[in-house]
Amino acid sequence: MTQGVATAPLPQPAKPGRSYDLPQSGWMKARERLAWLLVAPSILVVVLVALYPLLQSFRLSFTNARFGSTRPELYVGFDNYARLAQDNVFISALGHTLVFTVASVAIETILGIAVALIINSNFNGRGVVRTSMLIPWAIPTVVSSQLWRFMYNQDNGVINDVLVNRLGILSSPVAWIANPSTSLSAIIAVDVWKTTPFMALLLLAGLQIIPGDVYEAATVDGASKWQQFWQITLPLLKPALLVALIFRTLDAFRVFDVVFVMKGAALDTITLAIYARQTMIDEQYLGRGAAASVFIFFCIALLVIVYSRLVRVEET
Amino acid sequence: MATTTAVRPVMPDTAMISGTRQWSLGKVINRILFWILVVFIIFYTVFPFAWALLSSIKPNAELFTSPVVYWPSAINTTFYQFVLANGDFLLALRNSIVVSVSTVLISLALGSLCAYAMGRLQFRGKTPVMYLILSMTMFPQIAILGSLYQMIVNLGLYDRLPALIIAYLTFTLPFTVWVLANFFRAMPGELEEAAMVDGATPFQAFIRILLPLAAPGLVTTGLLAFIAAWNEYLYALTFTQTRARTVQPAIASFSGNTQFELPWGNILAASVLVTLPLVILVLIFQRKILAGLTAGAVKG
Repeated sequence: MTQGVATAPLPQPAKPGRSYDLPQSGWMKARERLAWLLVAPSILVVVLVALYPLLQSFRLSFTNARFGSTRPELYVGFDNYARLAQDNVFISALGHTLVFTVASVAIETILGIAVALIINSNFNGRGVVRTSMLIPWAIPTVVSSQLWRFMYNQDNGVINDVLVNRLGILSSPVAWIANPSTSLSAIIAVDVWKTTPFMALLLLAGLQIIPGDVYEAATVDGASKWQQFWQITLPLLKPALLVALIFRTLDAFRVFDVVFVMKGAALDTITLAIYARQTMIDEQYLGRGAAASVFIFFCIALLVIVYSRLVRVEET
Repeated sequence: MATTTAVRPVMPDTAMISGTRQWSLGKVINRILFWILVVFIIFYTVFPFAWALLSSIKPNAELFTSPVVYWPSAINTTFYQFVLANGDFLLALRNSIVVSVSTVLISLALGSLCAYAMGRLQFRGKTPVMYLILSMTMFPQIAILGSLYQMIVNLGLYDRLPALIIAYLTFTLPFTVWVLANFFRAMPGELEEAAMVDGATPFQAFIRILLPLAAPGLVTTGLLAFIAAWNEYLYALTFTQTRARTVQPAIASFSGNTQFELPWGNILAASVLVTLPLVILVLIFQRKILAGLTAGAVKG
């Protein structure tokens, strides 16, 4: 994932399109002209290196384009998409991506709420906890993937050592990453480690704007802590929770780094993004790979629409 | 407040965990459980990096024993010496610095101009511009990987640093615009009016008055953009090979003589070297970073 995108805030509905009084004074006119001058460079960059390549991806997905081929590209309609649907590797990549997304987001959300509640209670040293939680977020995904690969190591990894030699929970060391029955779970655990703190910090910000007197009133009314959590905390936390869920789901669905560093394009953990890159870059099937990446794009667009509906329902 | 606590030392409020304010046995157990949880959270988040740090200074023999040797018997710096004498790694380090710093500077320069217009000025077409920029923060990197790759190859930028700088702008620039626009919007309107009265042009008002006031926002967004560029892997892996390779793909592809004999000491030393500056930066600027990360979430 890319941190910059992950940290990008939620689109806020732009100010309702009220028609501004047309600038009359020279100063106002100068400001309108200035506005366009100022946004022009950014728009140029966005259009040239983001929007144009995006449209190009759509176009390529309907062609048989290949890298380094001199043969002219042909329009092939939905052939690439049809091939994807018949490709077992693509289907299993879709499966892994769905499992990864649902499992990691669900675990991160539950743990994130728990951790946020703990930090939100007022105790000495909460600053230390908050600081320590920024560390997994700051460590590059490539580095954290390597660190966990080292810890998962079958022969002399610390995780097997603790489970086998110290606690005796397992009778023999497990090849967590190499073994297809544990590999995806092991990778999900790494993602949970890396992003639960981020989730918790977003939720903590949501918790901190809930006024304390709501709880005092509830306590006076005899509500138990458990009731207060379900009746007060959770409903009031919903907006922050939805935003955090959007970020995490979008990020999880396009997962590349952690899986690729730990397993490459191995078939037991391949994800959609790895499949798309493999097809486009390594196998040079630009058209078919573009179809896979457009598929990812539409899944994510769908998620954004569904979530923003939820947010809107929440607001009305 | 409950009177039972008055004679006790002020204890932290475990609002979510304990139900009563009486010092029963249950309360004490709750306290202990609470602190165990807190310690566990800190341990869980910090351990992997601490373990890498510790392992990277172990003598080579103690790195590969079973049962694991937890505390090194002596400090061994050979892994660091090896990595710092490794030309490929030093080149990657230099490349990462150039790419990240350039990305930050360009994002801030273009982004602050655009953000000022978005945050302070009224103009027709503002809403479509905002949606265009925001939609760029949503789509996945992989969606443009192939066509960007093609574009970069055609422009002769493959395995060159500008390729990465251009590619990184796709995610740092929209983010910068968004956060800074919120920053400018929150400033009082009298600022420009005062400047106008003094005969300043709108652009002078921006450069002389608003931009300096936005310095904290520039630091936050610059920092977040730096971290994003420094940590990026997919584009770096795809658009570079040797001379423009950055640290992330370099660390990911550290290899030994055989596939089964990974040079863990070197990998860990390199990992610590590229992460430590980041961790220190984050610890110094943690308040700013937290504010930047949660700015959108709370309002949303």
